Amino acid sequence: MHVPDGFLDAPTSAVTGVVAVAAVGVALVKARTELDDKTAPMAGLVAAFIFAVQMLNFPVGAGTSGHLMGGALAAVLVGPWTGILCVSVVLLVQSLLFADGGITALGTNIVLMAVSTVVVGWLVFRLLQVLLPKRMSLVPVEAGIAAFVSVPVAALVFVLLYAVGGTADIPLDTLMTAMFGVHTLIGIGEGVITGLAVGAIVAVRPDLVRGARPLLARRELVIKKAEVAA
Amino acid sequence: MGAGHGHKLHFHGHSALHRAPAHLKVLALLGFMVVVVATPRDAYLAFAAYAVLLAVVIGASRVPPAYLLKRTVVELPFVVFAVLLPFVATGPQTEVLGVSVSQHGLEAGVALLIKGTLGVLASLTLAATTEPQDLLLGLERLRVPQQLVQIMAFMVRYLDVVTGEMQRMKVARESRGFSARNPRHWPVLARSAGALFIRSYERGERVHLAMLSRGYTGRMPR
Repeated sequence: MHVPDGFLDAPTSAVTGVVAVAAVGVALVKARTELDDKTAPMAGLVAAFIFAVQMLNFPVGAGTSGHLMGGALAAVLVGPWTGILCVSVVLLVQSLLFADGGITALGTNIVLMAVSTVVVGWLVFRLLQVLLPKRMSLVPVEAGIAAFVSVPVAALVFVLLYAVGGTADIPLDTLMTAMFGVHTLIGIGEGVITGLAVGAIVAVRPDLVRGARPLLARRELVIKKAEVAA
Repeated sequence: MGAGHGHKLHFHGHSALHRAPAHLKVLALLGFMVVVVATPRDAYLAFAAYAVLLAVVIGASRVPPAYLLKRTVVELPFVVFAVLLPFVATGPQTEVLGVSVSQHGLEAGVALLIKGTLGVLASLTLAATTEPQDLLLGLERLRVPQQLVQIMAFMVRYLDVVTGEMQRMKVARESRGFSARNPRHWPVLARSAGALFIRSYERGERVHLAMLSRGYTGRMPR
C-alpha cells in the first residue's frame, strides 16, 4: 500500500520528505559499519530480494492473498541501518520505475514503510532478545513478534500524519480504529511469515542472520564422537 | 499491493521525451506534482489545465495512451479509499443520487482521485520514456549521494536475476504438484523466501569479490 500523490497536503509531504532524507543520510553512514566496503553490492542485492519478496503472494483463503512489507524482516536479516537503506531504495525504484507511490509522497512512504517498520521491528526484536532466554530457536519467534508489532505501529504513524496533513476530515477515532484493526490482522500474516522465513534461514545459514550473530558468537565448538559400528 | 510490479514499464521509442535528459524529467515530474498537490481541491479549472498539459506531454512521447491507462491499476487500493471517503467523513451533508453523503468527504474524495490519477499517469510517463540506466545517471547529476545511486544501480541490475530465480522456484514448486491455497501452505512459501534471501546474499558476496578482483575501490568507473 503505497501512499499516492495528493493524499497528504504539501507541507506535511515536505516535512516527511526532510525526515526521510535525514534518516536515509544517517543510514548511509551507519550502514558502512554493518557492511563495510561491501555496502553497494550487498545492499543492492538485498533490496532486489525485498522487492522480489513483496511480489510473493501468500494466500489468505477465499481467493484473497497478501504479501510481506519486509521492513522487520530486513532489520533482522541485515541490521537496522542497511534495512532502512534497502527498503528506501526499493520504494525509490518503485516510485520512479514502476509508478507505485507518488513522487511527492516518497518521503511519506519512506517514513512509514522503511523507517517506522524497520526501527520498530529492530527495537522490539532487540528487546525480546534481552528479555527472553538466549537461544537460537527463539530468534524466529522474536523476529515474528517484531514483524507483527511493526505493522500496526506503522499504521498508527500513518494516522498521526493524516491527523496533521490529511485532505479530508474523517473523524480520527474512526480512522484509527479502522487502520489499527485492519493492520493488526495484516500484522499477524507479516509476523507468521517473517518468523517462518527467518526460521528457514537460521536453520541453514545462521551466520547470515544479523540478529542471530550475538548468539552465534557464544556457541562453542562441540566435537561429537561418531557412533560407528565397528 | 504489488499489482503491476515485475515487468519493466519502459516503452521503447525515439520521441523528444525519450531523448530528454533524465534529470530534467525527474525535476519536471517533481515540480509538476508539487504544483498539483498544492492546488486547492476545488480548483477544477486548474486540474483540467494540468490534465491537458499531461495529455500533450503523453502525446509528444508517442507512448500509446492505452499502454499507460492499463498500468494505472497500481492506484486501485486508493480508489477504494476515495470512494469510501464521502461516507465516512463528517461535516455538512449533501445529496447525491438520493444518498446523503458528507460534502467535505465528497470533495476530498474527488480531489484525491484527480490528484492521484494525475500523479500515477505522470509517473508512468517518466517510467515509460526513461531507461533505468539513464535514470540512474540523471539521479547522479541531481547530486543524489553516490552510495545511494550505486545501491540503486545494483538493485536495478539484479532485479530480473532475483525475480527470475523466484519465478523458477515457483515453477519448480508447481511442477511438483504444489499450489498455495490457504495459510497451511505458508511454511512452504516462507522457506522459498528464505532460500531466495540466501541465494541473493551469496550472489551479492560473489559479485563483490568479482568486482574486487577487477580493481573495484568503492567507486564505479565511468
